[in-house]
Amino acid sequence: MAIDLVRRNRWSKARRREAIEGYLFISPWLIGFFVFTAGPIVASLLLSFMRWSIVQSPEWVGLANYRRALFNDRYFWQSLKVTSLYTVLHVPLGLFGALMVALLMNQKVKGILVFRTIYYLPAVLSGVAVSLLWAWIFNPDYGLVNFALWKLFRIHGPAWLASEQWVLPAFIIMGLWGIGGGMVINLAGLQGIPTELYEAAKIDGAGWWSEFWRITIPMLSPVLFFNLIMGIIGSFQVFTQAYVMTAGGPNNASLFYVLYLYQNAFEWFKMGYSSALAWFLFLIILLCTILVFKSSPFWVYYEAKKGR
Amino acid sequence: MKESKLQRHGLWTRRRRHLVWCVIIYVILTAGAVVLMLPLGWMASTSLKESSAVFIFPPEWIPKPAVWGNYVKALTIRPFHLYFFNTLIITVLFIVGACISCSMVAFGFARMRFPGRDFLFMVLLSTMMLPRIVMMIPVYILFTKLRWINTFKPLIVPAFFGIAFYIFLLRQFFLTIPFELEYAARIDGCKTVGIFLRIILPLAKPALAAVTIFSFVSNWNDFMGPLIYLNSMNKWTLALGLQAFKGQWATDWNLMMAAALVVMVPTLVVFFFGQKYFIRGIVFTGMK
Repeated sequence: MAIDLVRRNRWSKARRREAIEGYLFISPWLIGFFVFTAGPIVASLLLSFMRWSIVQSPEWVGLANYRRALFNDRYFWQSLKVTSLYTVLHVPLGLFGALMVALLMNQKVKGILVFRTIYYLPAVLSGVAVSLLWAWIFNPDYGLVNFALWKLFRIHGPAWLASEQWVLPAFIIMGLWGIGGGMVINLAGLQGIPTELYEAAKIDGAGWWSEFWRITIPMLSPVLFFNLIMGIIGSFQVFTQAYVMTAGGPNNASLFYVLYLYQNAFEWFKMGYSSALAWFLFLIILLCTILVFKSSPFWVYYEAKKGR
Repeated sequence: MKESKLQRHGLWTRRRRHLVWCVIIYVILTAGAVVLMLPLGWMASTSLKESSAVFIFPPEWIPKPAVWGNYVKALTIRPFHLYFFNTLIITVLFIVGACISCSMVAFGFARMRFPGRDFLFMVLLSTMMLPRIVMMIPVYILFTKLRWINTFKPLIVPAFFGIAFYIFLLRQFFLTIPFELEYAARIDGCKTVGIFLRIILPLAKPALAAVTIFSFVSNWNDFMGPLIYLNSMNKWTLALGLQAFKGQWATDWNLMMAAALVVMVPTLVVFFFGQKYFIRGIVFTGMK
């Protein structure tokens, strides 16, 4: 009898009405998802199998775009190399740096809030204005970096944005200016670690090295995991700085992937080919993300609180 | 033996050690802060220099004739007031659209029950990880067919359909509001819409503030969007205007720094006043 009641209530009027209301509330996103996300993803997949330059009519070419990218396009490989190199260097440095700064920032000293503001500020600035600033900072003759190198170490700094070897390090340094972004998240994570753990460790006689590796890192690992994934995804999509500062750099040494894609789509109007390039990027990022996820049981530690 | 031990503890008492530690931290943090702020100082310094003073080595930090006129020149050499208004219109409308749609959707995900809710939320989360470029080309083609190219619409309308990150942020926030309030209201006969408008929204002000601030900053600095969709110069945003500046006056660094600094100012202002919300917003989403 009671079971009948439950069964009946599953699709009761009240439940149904709540479900309809629920769908209504999320309808903007639902519609937007199909129009601006799911639809375009499918469309770009289809486009990647075609050759189309907007003014002409599209023609189906199967895997030709993909084959061309892999076998006939050295700029594809160059841009992949540039972007991967940047990611491989920038992400670990950023993670490490943000962690160190957050640890420093987590001390209970007076005025720490002021420091936090100062460190976080550059992370808020981005875009063309910042790119212009750093282009000037890296100016080989009159810029801040080479001036500092000369003043402090008596070194003649390299040509930075005009040098094939030094253009990527320049971008990495510029990216590290925004270390405060990761720092803030790490800081929040650090402050969420229960102090009892540290107290218990002290009682057991643990030194700060043990404390760091046995308490801090494991408890912080979900945050580090998040930063790692967002860092990889972000690094692969560098565009504005490259476009504004070097337009691909001396001899394509800073031809970031998205920049190359942009050129194919909006300067040469190769819609089909650039869709294939977009899908390549998608797959690469997906692969990286899956790898990180798969590795997570080994180093990411979640507290046993599941469900709400 | 005991005495010497006490002596050692006497010099390096807990308090002293803590003090030394604090000083070390202060020194390191201050050094780092100086390094981080140097670029901004450099920018301000260059912006006030005469053209000839820009290209001397070693450069001087405080320009002797401080040419404030650089700012006037930089901002009038191109119609920056126009760019400013364009950027403002786009940003404000975007914020309005984002706040309305994202709070609605987040409310649905947080407080309502419907079949597939958690699955759809997972879908929403995964879209946060999609690279923007994959959708960009077909969306551009869609806007071409709609004849919305060279208008502000492609930059504003999508906001009215929700932004995954802000929906996520608001939903996490809504989950922290106690259900008792809702139950009490329902007993008093309040409908769902009423609950949304009269209970949840007023309480959501801090989270909405965070959304507003994030939207402002991302829109103000957005380059790729305007680059693709805005062709006529009179529709340009500040980002495009600055970029053109660099193209045409590539060696007038003092003017460029002045213009860039001015473009940065609104972001800085918003940041200083909304710091709390920035950080709270990040915390809400970074911590799952």
